[in-house]
Amino acid sequence: MPASPIFNPTDLIRFLPEIILTAMGTLIMVLDPLLNRRESKVYGTLSLATLLAAILAAIYAYSDAGPAFGGMLIVDGFATFFRVLVLGVGILTILPSFSFLKRQQAETSEFHALLLFSIAGQSIMAAANDLIIIFIGLEISSIASYILAGYLRDDKRANEAALKYFLLGSFATGFFLYGVALIYGETGSINLSVVHAVVTGPDAPLPVMVGLAAALMFVGLAFKVSASPFQIWAPDVYQGAPTPVSAFLSAGPKAAAFAIFLRIFMTAFAPIGHAWAPLVWASALLSMTIGNFAALLQTNVKRMLAYSSIAHAGYVMVALASRSEVGIAAAMFYLAAYACMNVGAFAVVSHLSGKGERYQSIEDFAGLAQKQPFVAAMLSIFLLSLIGVPLTGGFFGKFYIFKAALESHLVWLTVLGLLNSAVAAYYYLRLLVMMYFRDPGEAASSAEPLTPAFSAALILPAIGTLVLGIFPGWVLDFAGRSASLVK
Amino acid sequence: MHPVTTVHYLALSAALLLIGTVGVLTRRNIVVILMSIELILNAVNINLIAFSHAWHNVGGQVFAIFVITDAVAEAAVGLGILIALFRNKETVQADEIDLLKW
Repeated sequence: MPASPIFNPTDLIRFLPEIILTAMGTLIMVLDPLLNRRESKVYGTLSLATLLAAILAAIYAYSDAGPAFGGMLIVDGFATFFRVLVLGVGILTILPSFSFLKRQQAETSEFHALLLFSIAGQSIMAAANDLIIIFIGLEISSIASYILAGYLRDDKRANEAALKYFLLGSFATGFFLYGVALIYGETGSINLSVVHAVVTGPDAPLPVMVGLAAALMFVGLAFKVSASPFQIWAPDVYQGAPTPVSAFLSAGPKAAAFAIFLRIFMTAFAPIGHAWAPLVWASALLSMTIGNFAALLQTNVKRMLAYSSIAHAGYVMVALASRSEVGIAAAMFYLAAYACMNVGAFAVVSHLSGKGERYQSIEDFAGLAQKQPFVAAMLSIFLLSLIGVPLTGGFFGKFYIFKAALESHLVWLTVLGLLNSAVAAYYYLRLLVMMYFRDPGEAASSAEPLTPAFSAALILPAIGTLVLGIFPGWVLDFAGRSASLVK
Repeated sequence: MHPVTTVHYLALSAALLLIGTVGVLTRRNIVVILMSIELILNAVNINLIAFSHAWHNVGGQVFAIFVITDAVAEAAVGLGILIALFRNKETVQADEIDLLKW
Protein backbone atom coordinates (compact mmCIF):
# COMPACT_ATOMS: atom_id res chain seq x y z
CA MET A 1 0.00 0.00 0.00
CA PRO A 2 1.53 3.38 -0.95
CA ALA A 3 2.12 5.90 1.80
CA SER A 4 -0.79 8.26 2.29
CA PRO A 5 0.00 11.63 0.69
CA ILE A 6 -1.80 13.44 3.49
CA PHE A 7 -0.57 11.68 6.63
CA ASN A 8 3.02 11.17 5.75
CA PRO A 9 4.90 10.94 9.08
CA THR A 10 7.93 12.85 7.77
CA ASP A 11 5.74 15.78 6.73
CA LEU A 12 3.96 15.81 10.06
CA ILE A 13 7.21 15.85 12.04
CA ARG A 14 8.47 18.76 9.96
CA PHE A 15 5.21 20.56 10.75
CA LEU A 16 5.17 19.55 14.43
CA PRO A 17 5.87 22.96 16.04
CA GLU A 18 2.84 24.51 14.35
CA ILE A 19 0.67 21.50 15.20
CA ILE A 20 1.62 21.79 18.88
CA LEU A 21 0.93 25.54 18.96
CA THR A 22 -2.45 25.31 17.25
CA ALA A 23 -3.62 22.33 19.31
CA MET A 24 -2.65 23.94 22.60
CA GLY A 25 -4.12 27.31 21.62
CA THR A 26 -7.41 25.58 20.88
CA LEU A 27 -7.18 23.59 24.13
CA ILE A 28 -6.79 26.81 26.11
CA MET A 29 -9.94 28.20 24.54
CA VAL A 30 -11.80 24.99 25.43
CA LEU A 31 -10.48 25.04 29.01
CA ASP A 32 -11.51 28.65 29.54
CA PRO A 33 -15.21 28.07 30.35
CA LEU A 34 -14.39 24.94 32.36
CA LEU A 35 -11.82 26.41 34.74
CA ASN A 36 -12.21 29.07 37.36
CA ARG A 37 -11.55 32.48 35.84
CA ARG A 38 -9.40 33.52 38.78
CA GLU A 39 -6.97 30.69 38.09
CA SER A 40 -5.09 33.08 35.90
CA LYS A 41 -1.66 31.48 36.03
CA VAL A 42 -2.77 28.17 34.53
CA TYR A 43 -2.97 29.45 30.96
CA GLY A 44 0.33 31.27 31.07
CA THR A 45 2.14 28.27 32.48
CA LEU A 46 0.51 26.05 29.88
CA SER A 47 1.57 28.44 27.11
CA LEU A 48 5.15 28.49 28.37
CA ALA A 49 5.23 24.69 28.34
CA THR A 50 3.73 24.72 24.84
CA LEU A 51 6.36 27.12 23.53
CA LEU A 52 9.18 25.07 25.07
CA ALA A 53 7.74 21.92 23.49
CA ALA A 54 7.47 23.71 20.14
CA ILE A 55 11.11 24.81 20.35
CA LEU A 56 12.16 21.20 20.99
CA ALA A 57 9.96 20.09 18.09
CA ALA A 58 11.52 22.70 15.81
CA ILE A 59 15.02 21.53 16.73
CA TYR A 60 14.00 17.90 16.33
CA ALA A 61 12.49 18.64 12.91
CA TYR A 62 15.83 20.14 11.86
CA SER A 63 17.60 16.84 12.63
CA ASP A 64 15.77 15.50 9.56
CA ALA A 65 15.68 18.67 7.46
CA GLY A 66 13.98 18.89 4.10
CA PRO A 67 10.77 19.93 2.34
CA ALA A 68 7.32 18.93 3.55
CA PHE A 69 3.90 18.72 1.91
CA GLY A 70 5.22 18.61 -1.64
CA GLY A 71 7.59 21.55 -1.19
CA MET A 72 5.05 23.91 0.36
CA LEU A 73 7.07 24.02 3.57
CA ILE A 74 10.78 23.72 3.85
CA VAL A 75 12.61 22.92 7.06
CA ASP A 76 16.15 24.22 6.67
CA GLY A 77 18.55 26.09 8.92
CA PHE A 78 16.96 29.42 8.01
CA ALA A 79 13.46 28.17 8.91
CA THR A 80 14.67 26.61 12.16
CA PHE A 81 16.51 29.79 13.15
CA PHE A 82 13.40 31.93 12.72
CA ARG A 83 11.10 29.33 14.27
CA VAL A 84 13.21 29.24 17.43
CA LEU A 85 13.45 33.03 17.37
CA VAL A 86 9.68 33.67 17.22
CA LEU A 87 9.01 30.95 19.79
CA GLY A 88 11.62 32.51 22.06
CA VAL A 89 9.98 35.92 21.63
CA GLY A 90 6.74 34.25 22.68
CA ILE A 91 8.31 33.04 25.92
CA LEU A 92 9.75 36.48 26.60
CA THR A 93 6.30 37.99 26.01
CA ILE A 94 4.48 35.64 28.36
CA LEU A 95 6.88 36.02 31.29
CA PRO A 96 6.18 39.74 31.93
CA SER A 97 2.50 39.35 31.00
CA PHE A 98 1.67 37.45 34.23
CA SER A 99 2.01 40.52 36.41
CA PHE A 100 0.78 42.85 33.66
CA LEU A 101 -2.54 41.06 33.10
CA LYS A 102 -3.09 40.79 36.84
CA ARG A 103 -2.46 44.51 37.28
CA GLN A 104 -4.88 45.45 34.48
CA GLN A 105 -7.41 42.84 35.72
CA ALA A 106 -7.65 41.40 32.23
CA GLU A 107 -8.74 37.94 31.12
CA THR A 108 -5.78 35.63 30.70
CA SER A 109 -7.01 32.66 28.67
CA GLU A 110 -7.81 34.56 25.47
CA PHE A 111 -4.58 36.50 25.67
CA HIS A 112 -2.51 33.33 25.70
CA ALA A 113 -4.61 31.53 23.11
CA LEU A 114 -4.29 34.47 20.70
CA LEU A 115 -0.59 34.71 21.40
CA LEU A 116 -0.11 31.02 20.58
CA PHE A 117 -2.09 31.39 17.34
CA SER A 118 -0.11 34.43 16.32
CA ILE A 119 3.16 32.60 17.01
CA ALA A 120 1.89 29.59 15.04
CA GLY A 121 1.38 31.91 12.07
CA GLN A 122 4.89 33.31 12.42
CA SER A 123 6.33 29.83 12.70
CA ILE A 124 4.56 28.90 9.46
CA MET A 125 5.99 32.01 7.80
CA ALA A 126 9.49 30.99 8.89
CA ALA A 127 9.22 27.62 7.16
CA ALA A 128 7.00 28.55 4.19
CA ASN A 129 8.33 28.04 0.69
CA ASP A 130 5.14 28.70 -1.18
CA LEU A 131 3.29 31.99 -1.55
CA ILE A 132 -0.05 30.53 -0.45
CA ILE A 133 1.51 29.22 2.77
CA ILE A 134 3.30 32.51 3.31
CA PHE A 135 -0.02 34.31 2.91
CA ILE A 136 -1.82 31.98 5.34
CA GLY A 137 0.95 32.27 7.93
CA LEU A 138 1.02 36.04 7.54
CA GLU A 139 -2.71 36.32 8.07
CA ILE A 140 -2.86 33.92 11.02
CA SER A 141 -0.16 35.98 12.65
CA SER A 142 -1.69 39.35 11.71
CA ILE A 143 -5.33 38.69 12.60
CA ALA A 144 -4.38 37.40 16.04
CA SER A 145 -2.10 40.43 16.48
CA TYR A 146 -4.89 42.88 15.58
CA ILE A 147 -6.99 41.50 18.43
CA LEU A 148 -4.03 41.45 20.82
CA ALA A 149 -3.33 45.13 20.10
CA GLY A 150 -6.86 45.97 21.27
CA TYR A 151 -6.84 43.45 24.08
CA LEU A 152 -7.72 45.93 26.84
CA ARG A 153 -11.03 46.67 25.24
CA ASP A 154 -12.19 49.32 27.69
CA ASP A 155 -9.11 51.38 26.94
CA LYS A 156 -9.73 53.94 24.20
CA ARG A 157 -6.08 54.06 23.22
CA ALA A 158 -6.00 50.28 22.78
CA ASN A 159 -9.16 50.42 20.65
CA GLU A 160 -7.62 53.03 18.47
CA ALA A 161 -4.33 51.16 18.16
CA ALA A 162 -6.14 47.97 17.15
CA LEU A 163 -8.26 49.77 14.58
CA LYS A 164 -5.33 51.54 12.95
CA TYR A 165 -3.28 48.37 12.94
CA PHE A 166 -6.16 46.45 11.43
CA LEU A 167 -7.05 48.96 8.69
CA LEU A 168 -3.52 49.59 7.50
CA GLY A 169 -2.55 45.94 7.98
CA SER A 170 -5.32 44.56 5.81
CA PHE A 171 -4.70 47.31 3.25
CA ALA A 172 -1.07 46.17 3.03
CA THR A 173 -2.12 42.53 2.80
CA GLY A 174 -4.25 43.46 -0.20
CA PHE A 175 -1.21 44.84 -2.02
CA PHE A 176 0.90 41.83 -1.08
CA LEU A 177 -1.79 39.51 -2.44
CA TYR A 178 -2.09 41.48 -5.67
CA GLY A 179 1.63 40.97 -6.16
CA VAL A 180 1.24 37.25 -5.46
CA ALA A 181 -1.57 37.02 -8.04
CA LEU A 182 0.63 38.72 -10.64
CA ILE A 183 3.48 36.31 -9.94
CA TYR A 184 1.09 33.43 -10.35
CA GLY A 185 -0.09 34.88 -13.66
CA GLU A 186 3.44 35.39 -14.95
CA THR A 187 4.95 32.07 -13.93
CA GLY A 188 1.98 29.73 -13.45
CA SER A 189 3.25 28.78 -10.01
CA ILE A 190 3.27 30.05 -6.46
CA ASN A 191 6.09 27.83 -5.25
CA LEU A 192 9.15 29.98 -4.63
CA SER A 193 11.58 27.38 -5.98
CA VAL A 194 9.53 27.02 -9.18
CA VAL A 195 9.14 30.79 -9.54
CA HIS A 196 12.90 31.16 -9.19
CA ALA A 197 13.46 28.51 -11.85
CA VAL A 198 11.00 30.15 -14.26
CA VAL A 199 12.36 33.67 -13.74
CA THR A 200 15.92 32.51 -14.45
CA GLY A 201 14.89 30.09 -17.20
CA PRO A 202 14.49 30.56 -20.96
CA ASP A 203 10.75 31.33 -20.82
CA ALA A 204 11.21 34.10 -18.27
CA PRO A 205 8.37 36.62 -18.12
CA LEU A 206 9.12 40.26 -18.87
CA PRO A 207 11.34 41.69 -16.12
CA VAL A 208 9.00 44.69 -15.94
CA MET A 209 6.09 42.46 -14.99
CA VAL A 210 8.10 40.57 -12.37
CA GLY A 211 9.30 43.92 -11.09
CA LEU A 212 5.73 45.16 -10.76
CA ALA A 213 4.81 42.10 -8.69
CA ALA A 214 7.96 42.55 -6.61
CA ALA A 215 7.07 46.20 -5.98
CA LEU A 216 3.54 45.33 -4.82
CA MET A 217 4.85 42.62 -2.50
CA PHE A 218 7.50 45.04 -1.27
CA VAL A 219 4.74 47.44 -0.20
CA GLY A 220 2.95 44.72 1.76
CA LEU A 221 6.08 43.38 3.43
CA ALA A 222 7.61 46.78 4.18
CA PHE A 223 4.41 47.58 6.02
CA LYS A 224 4.67 44.41 8.10
CA VAL A 225 8.26 45.12 9.10
CA SER A 226 7.42 48.82 9.66
CA ALA A 227 9.99 50.11 7.20
CA SER A 228 9.60 53.57 5.67
CA PRO A 229 7.59 54.88 3.91
CA PHE A 230 5.06 52.43 5.34
CA GLN A 231 5.91 52.90 9.02
CA ILE A 232 3.18 55.39 9.96
CA TRP A 233 1.11 52.87 11.90
CA ALA A 234 3.92 51.67 14.16
CA PRO A 235 4.20 54.52 16.72
CA ASP A 236 0.43 54.68 17.27
CA VAL A 237 0.05 50.94 17.58
CA TYR A 238 3.03 50.39 19.87
CA GLN A 239 1.95 53.27 22.06
CA GLY A 240 -1.71 52.28 22.32
CA ALA A 241 -1.35 48.51 22.58
CA PRO A 242 -0.84 46.83 25.98
CA THR A 243 2.90 46.97 26.64
CA PRO A 244 3.65 43.22 26.54
CA VAL A 245 1.82 43.17 23.20
CA SER A 246 3.93 46.08 21.94
CA ALA A 247 7.00 44.08 22.91
CA PHE A 248 5.66 41.11 21.01
CA LEU A 249 4.66 43.12 17.92
CA SER A 250 8.02 44.83 17.72
CA ALA A 251 9.90 41.52 17.70
CA GLY A 252 7.88 38.45 16.68
CA PRO A 253 5.81 39.52 13.65
CA LYS A 254 8.68 41.70 12.52
CA ALA A 255 11.22 38.85 12.58
CA ALA A 256 8.80 36.53 10.78
CA ALA A 257 8.00 39.20 8.18
CA PHE A 258 11.72 39.72 7.59
CA ALA A 259 12.08 35.94 7.22
CA ILE A 260 9.60 35.86 4.33
CA PHE A 261 10.98 39.16 2.99
CA LEU A 262 14.45 37.58 2.76
CA ARG A 263 13.15 34.30 1.44
CA ILE A 264 10.99 35.81 -1.31
CA PHE A 265 13.41 38.48 -2.43
CA MET A 266 16.53 36.33 -2.22
CA THR A 267 14.99 33.38 -4.07
CA ALA A 268 12.12 34.22 -6.41
CA PHE A 269 13.16 37.82 -7.05
CA ALA A 270 16.93 37.33 -6.78
CA PRO A 271 17.34 37.37 -10.59
CA ILE A 272 15.91 40.91 -10.79
CA GLY A 273 17.85 42.06 -7.74
CA HIS A 274 19.34 45.05 -9.53
CA ALA A 275 15.78 46.35 -10.05
CA TRP A 276 14.57 46.18 -6.45
CA ALA A 277 17.88 47.02 -4.76
CA PRO A 278 17.37 50.82 -5.13
CA LEU A 279 13.93 50.51 -3.51
CA VAL A 280 15.39 48.67 -0.53
CA TRP A 281 18.29 51.12 -0.40
CA ALA A 282 15.95 54.10 -0.20
CA SER A 283 13.67 52.39 2.29
CA ALA A 284 16.63 51.49 4.51
CA LEU A 285 17.92 55.06 4.55
CA LEU A 286 14.47 56.58 5.12
CA SER A 287 13.64 54.14 7.92
CA MET A 288 16.89 54.78 9.76
CA THR A 289 16.65 58.55 9.40
CA ILE A 290 12.94 59.00 10.13
CA GLY A 291 13.07 56.49 12.97
CA ASN A 292 16.05 58.01 14.74
CA PHE A 293 15.17 61.67 14.29
CA ALA A 294 11.53 61.21 15.28
CA ALA A 295 12.62 59.20 18.33
CA LEU A 296 14.65 62.21 19.47
CA LEU A 297 11.46 64.25 19.83
CA GLN A 298 9.38 61.77 21.81
CA THR A 299 8.39 62.11 25.45
CA ASN A 300 6.48 58.82 25.64
CA VAL A 301 8.83 55.86 26.08
CA LYS A 302 6.67 53.41 24.15
CA ARG A 303 6.46 55.83 21.25
CA MET A 304 10.21 56.38 21.40
CA LEU A 305 10.84 52.64 21.31
CA ALA A 306 8.44 52.42 18.36
CA TYR A 307 10.45 54.95 16.36
CA SER A 308 13.62 53.17 17.43
CA SER A 309 12.12 49.94 16.13
CA ILE A 310 11.52 51.64 12.76
CA ALA A 311 15.18 52.64 12.73
CA HIS A 312 16.22 49.08 13.54
CA ALA A 313 14.06 47.80 10.69
CA GLY A 314 16.10 50.19 8.55
CA TYR A 315 19.35 48.55 9.64
CA VAL A 316 18.01 45.14 8.63
CA MET A 317 16.96 46.63 5.28
CA VAL A 318 20.62 47.63 4.82
CA ALA A 319 21.48 43.94 5.17
CA LEU A 320 18.83 43.09 2.56
CA ALA A 321 20.14 45.80 0.24
CA SER A 322 23.56 44.12 0.23
CA ARG A 323 21.93 41.14 -1.56
CA SER A 324 24.48 38.57 -0.44
CA GLU A 325 24.58 35.53 1.79
CA VAL A 326 26.73 37.50 4.22
CA GLY A 327 23.91 40.03 4.31
CA ILE A 328 21.27 37.39 5.02
CA ALA A 329 23.37 35.98 7.86
CA ALA A 330 23.88 39.49 9.25
CA ALA A 331 20.13 40.16 9.09
CA MET A 332 19.43 36.91 10.96
CA PHE A 333 21.96 37.74 13.64
CA TYR A 334 20.65 41.27 13.99
CA LEU A 335 17.04 40.16 14.32
CA ALA A 336 18.02 37.76 17.12
CA ALA A 337 19.93 40.48 18.97
CA TYR A 338 17.17 43.01 18.34
CA ALA A 339 14.50 40.63 19.67
CA CYS A 340 16.41 40.18 22.95
CA MET A 341 17.14 43.82 23.63
CA ASN A 342 13.84 45.27 22.46
CA VAL A 343 11.56 42.79 24.22
CA GLY A 344 13.63 43.32 27.36
CA ALA A 345 13.29 47.10 27.15
CA PHE A 346 9.53 46.87 26.66
CA ALA A 347 9.29 44.48 29.62
CA VAL A 348 10.78 47.18 31.87
CA VAL A 349 8.26 49.71 30.54
CA SER A 350 5.45 47.28 31.28
CA HIS A 351 6.77 46.82 34.81
CA LEU A 352 6.98 50.52 35.50
CA SER A 353 3.81 51.71 33.79
CA GLY A 354 1.51 50.73 36.67
CA LYS A 355 -2.23 50.20 36.70
CA GLY A 356 -3.99 51.58 33.63
CA GLU A 357 -0.54 52.15 32.09
CA ARG A 358 -0.27 55.64 33.55
CA TYR A 359 3.50 55.99 33.67
CA GLN A 360 4.91 55.93 30.17
CA SER A 361 6.83 59.15 29.86
CA ILE A 362 10.60 59.43 29.99
CA GLU A 363 10.38 61.48 33.22
CA ASP A 364 8.72 58.51 34.90
CA PHE A 365 12.01 56.63 34.73
CA ALA A 366 13.62 59.15 37.07
CA GLY A 367 15.47 57.55 39.94
CA LEU A 368 14.63 53.99 38.98
CA ALA A 369 18.21 53.00 39.83
CA GLN A 370 17.71 54.03 43.47
CA LYS A 371 14.42 52.24 43.93
CA GLN A 372 14.98 49.11 41.86
CA PRO A 373 18.66 48.85 40.95
CA PHE A 374 18.26 45.42 39.36
CA VAL A 375 15.60 46.60 36.89
CA ALA A 376 17.66 49.68 36.07
CA ALA A 377 20.77 47.56 35.47
CA MET A 378 18.90 45.23 33.12
CA LEU A 379 17.39 48.16 31.20
CA SER A 380 20.88 49.63 30.92
CA ILE A 381 22.09 46.46 29.22
CA PHE A 382 19.22 46.63 26.73
CA LEU A 383 19.72 50.33 26.03
CA LEU A 384 23.48 49.96 25.58
CA SER A 385 22.80 47.11 23.17
CA LEU A 386 20.25 49.23 21.27
CA ILE A 387 22.92 51.93 20.97
CA GLY A 388 25.38 49.29 19.75
CA VAL A 389 28.04 49.42 22.45
CA PRO A 390 30.69 46.63 22.24
CA LEU A 391 30.17 43.45 24.29
CA THR A 392 26.45 43.54 23.47
CA GLY A 393 24.53 41.79 20.69
CA GLY A 394 23.52 45.11 19.16
CA PHE A 395 27.16 45.99 18.47
CA PHE A 396 27.94 42.83 16.53
CA GLY A 397 24.57 43.01 14.78
CA LYS A 398 25.38 46.46 13.39
CA PHE A 399 28.99 45.47 12.74
CA TYR A 400 28.04 42.47 10.59
CA ILE A 401 25.34 44.40 8.73
CA PHE A 402 27.62 47.27 7.79
CA LYS A 403 30.42 44.83 6.95
CA ALA A 404 28.05 43.03 4.56
CA ALA A 405 26.99 46.39 3.09
CA LEU A 406 30.62 47.39 2.50
CA GLU A 407 31.38 44.06 0.85
CA SER A 408 28.52 44.84 -1.55
CA HIS A 409 29.97 48.34 -2.15
CA LEU A 410 27.14 50.19 -0.43
CA VAL A 411 29.55 52.80 0.91
CA TRP A 412 27.10 55.69 1.18
CA LEU A 413 24.46 53.62 2.90
CA THR A 414 27.07 52.44 5.42
CA VAL A 415 28.26 55.96 6.14
CA LEU A 416 24.73 57.31 6.56
CA GLY A 417 23.78 54.30 8.67
CA LEU A 418 26.71 54.83 11.01
CA LEU A 419 25.86 58.52 11.37
CA ASN A 420 22.35 57.44 12.24
CA SER A 421 23.62 55.14 14.98
CA ALA A 422 25.38 58.10 16.51
CA VAL A 423 22.15 60.12 16.53
CA ALA A 424 20.35 57.18 18.10
CA ALA A 425 22.75 57.09 21.04
CA TYR A 426 21.32 60.40 22.26
CA TYR A 427 17.79 59.32 23.01
CA TYR A 428 18.81 56.03 24.59
CA LEU A 429 21.33 57.79 26.80
CA ARG A 430 18.67 60.30 27.85
CA LEU A 431 16.76 57.42 29.42
CA LEU A 432 19.90 56.13 31.14
CA VAL A 433 20.66 59.56 32.59
CA MET A 434 17.09 59.81 33.81
CA MET A 435 17.34 56.47 35.62
CA TYR A 436 20.69 57.07 37.30
CA PHE A 437 21.05 60.80 37.87
CA ARG A 438 17.59 61.99 38.91
CA ASP A 439 15.67 61.67 42.13
CA PRO A 440 12.92 59.08 42.17
CA GLY A 441 9.49 60.30 41.09
CA GLU A 442 6.04 58.93 41.67
CA ALA A 443 6.38 56.12 39.11
CA ALA A 444 9.65 54.67 40.38
CA SER A 445 8.46 54.87 43.99
CA SER A 446 5.20 53.07 43.29
CA ALA A 447 6.70 50.32 41.10
CA GLU A 448 5.66 46.86 42.22
CA PRO A 449 8.18 44.46 43.76
CA LEU A 450 9.69 41.94 41.37
CA THR A 451 8.04 38.58 40.84
CA PRO A 452 10.11 35.50 39.87
CA ALA A 453 8.48 35.36 36.41
CA PHE A 454 9.22 39.01 35.79
CA SER A 455 12.83 38.65 36.92
CA ALA A 456 13.18 35.81 34.43
CA ALA A 457 11.65 38.09 31.78
CA LEU A 458 14.55 40.50 32.34
CA ILE A 459 17.38 38.03 32.95
CA LEU A 460 16.75 35.83 29.91
CA PRO A 461 16.92 38.60 27.28
CA ALA A 462 19.87 40.17 29.14
CA ILE A 463 21.73 36.86 28.95
CA GLY A 464 20.79 36.61 25.28
CA THR A 465 22.07 40.13 24.58
CA LEU A 466 25.36 39.49 26.35
CA VAL A 467 25.93 36.04 24.86
CA LEU A 468 25.37 37.46 21.37
CA GLY A 469 27.81 40.23 22.23
CA ILE A 470 30.56 38.11 23.78
CA PHE A 471 30.27 34.89 21.78
CA PRO A 472 28.73 36.13 18.50
CA GLY A 473 30.30 33.21 16.62
CA TRP A 474 27.87 30.69 18.07
CA VAL A 475 24.90 32.26 16.36
CA LEU A 476 26.68 33.79 13.39
CA ASP A 477 28.19 30.47 12.29
CA PHE A 478 24.77 28.88 12.24
CA ALA A 479 23.31 31.87 10.39
CA GLY A 480 26.13 31.78 7.86
CA ARG A 481 25.57 28.10 7.17
CA SER A 482 21.82 28.65 6.78
CA ALA A 483 22.00 31.69 4.55
CA SER A 484 21.94 29.99 1.13
CA LEU A 485 18.25 30.18 0.40
CA VAL A 486 18.19 29.22 -3.27
CA LYS A 487 17.81 25.46 -3.29
CA MET B 1 -18.88 40.34 -30.30
CA HIS B 2 -15.36 40.19 -28.99
CA PRO B 3 -14.55 37.23 -26.77
CA VAL B 4 -13.66 38.01 -23.17
CA THR B 5 -9.93 37.39 -22.73
CA THR B 6 -7.57 37.37 -19.78
CA VAL B 7 -6.66 40.97 -20.55
CA HIS B 8 -10.24 42.06 -19.95
CA TYR B 9 -10.23 40.41 -16.54
CA LEU B 10 -6.92 42.06 -15.72
CA ALA B 11 -8.32 45.46 -16.64
CA LEU B 12 -11.37 44.89 -14.44
CA SER B 13 -9.14 43.74 -11.61
CA ALA B 14 -6.82 46.74 -11.95
CA ALA B 15 -9.83 49.06 -11.92
CA LEU B 16 -11.12 47.45 -8.73
CA LEU B 17 -7.68 47.77 -7.14
CA LEU B 18 -7.63 51.44 -8.03
CA ILE B 19 -11.16 52.09 -6.72
CA GLY B 20 -10.34 50.23 -3.52
CA THR B 21 -7.09 52.11 -2.98
CA VAL B 22 -8.70 55.50 -3.59
CA GLY B 23 -11.51 54.48 -1.26
CA VAL B 24 -9.17 53.57 1.58
CA LEU B 25 -7.16 56.75 1.17
CA THR B 26 -9.99 59.26 0.79
CA ARG B 27 -12.98 57.94 2.73
CA ARG B 28 -13.51 58.92 6.36
CA ASN B 29 -16.16 56.40 7.35
CA ILE B 30 -14.44 53.27 8.65
CA VAL B 31 -17.14 50.94 7.36
CA VAL B 32 -16.59 52.32 3.86
CA ILE B 33 -12.82 51.85 4.29
CA LEU B 34 -13.50 48.22 5.21
CA MET B 35 -15.60 47.83 2.07
CA SER B 36 -12.79 49.32 0.00
CA ILE B 37 -10.34 46.77 1.43
CA GLU B 38 -12.78 44.02 0.44
CA LEU B 39 -12.77 45.45 -3.09
CA ILE B 40 -8.98 45.08 -3.24
CA LEU B 41 -9.23 41.47 -2.11
CA ASN B 42 -11.87 40.82 -4.77
CA ALA B 43 -9.59 42.37 -7.37
CA VAL B 44 -7.01 39.79 -6.30
CA ASN B 45 -9.57 37.01 -6.63
CA ILE B 46 -10.54 38.02 -10.17
CA ASN B 47 -6.87 38.01 -11.10
CA LEU B 48 -6.30 34.59 -9.56
CA ILE B 49 -9.29 33.02 -11.30
CA ALA B 50 -8.44 34.58 -14.66
CA PHE B 51 -4.85 33.34 -14.44
CA SER B 52 -6.02 29.94 -13.25
CA HIS B 53 -8.18 29.73 -16.38
CA ALA B 54 -5.38 30.93 -18.64
CA TRP B 55 -2.84 28.44 -17.26
CA HIS B 56 -5.34 25.55 -17.04
CA ASN B 57 -4.09 25.15 -13.50
CA VAL B 58 -6.39 24.79 -10.53
CA GLY B 59 -3.93 26.35 -8.05
CA GLY B 60 -5.29 29.86 -8.54
CA GLN B 61 -8.84 28.81 -7.74
CA VAL B 62 -7.71 27.11 -4.54
CA PHE B 63 -5.84 30.27 -3.65
CA ALA B 64 -8.97 32.34 -4.27
CA ILE B 65 -10.90 30.19 -1.79
CA PHE B 66 -8.23 30.88 0.82
CA VAL B 67 -8.42 34.60 0.06
CA ILE B 68 -12.21 34.56 0.50
CA THR B 69 -11.85 32.75 3.83
CA ASP B 70 -9.26 35.24 4.94
CA ALA B 71 -11.46 38.17 3.89
CA VAL B 72 -14.27 36.80 6.06
CA ALA B 73 -11.97 36.39 9.06
CA GLU B 74 -10.61 39.89 8.56
CA ALA B 75 -14.08 41.40 8.28
CA ALA B 76 -15.18 39.63 11.47
CA VAL B 77 -12.19 40.87 13.43
CA GLY B 78 -12.35 44.34 11.91
CA LEU B 79 -16.02 44.84 12.73
CA GLY B 80 -15.39 43.46 16.22
CA ILE B 81 -12.64 46.01 16.79
CA LEU B 82 -14.88 48.75 15.39
CA ILE B 83 -17.72 47.80 17.75
CA ALA B 84 -15.33 47.82 20.72
CA LEU B 85 -14.22 51.29 19.69
CA PHE B 86 -17.78 52.48 19.13
CA ARG B 87 -18.74 51.47 22.66
CA ASN B 88 -16.06 53.69 24.15
CA LYS B 89 -16.22 56.52 21.69
CA GLU B 90 -19.33 56.89 19.61
CA THR B 91 -17.91 57.46 16.17
CA VAL B 92 -17.03 55.58 13.01
CA GLN B 93 -15.26 58.53 11.40
CA ALA B 94 -11.55 57.92 10.93
CA ASP B 95 -10.60 61.56 11.50
CA GLU B 96 -12.33 61.66 14.89
CA ILE B 97 -10.17 58.79 16.16
CA ASP B 98 -7.23 60.90 17.15
CA LEU B 99 -6.14 60.10 20.71
CA LEU B 100 -2.86 58.89 19.30
CA LYS B 101 -1.53 61.34 16.76
CA TRP B 102 -1.37 59.79 13.30
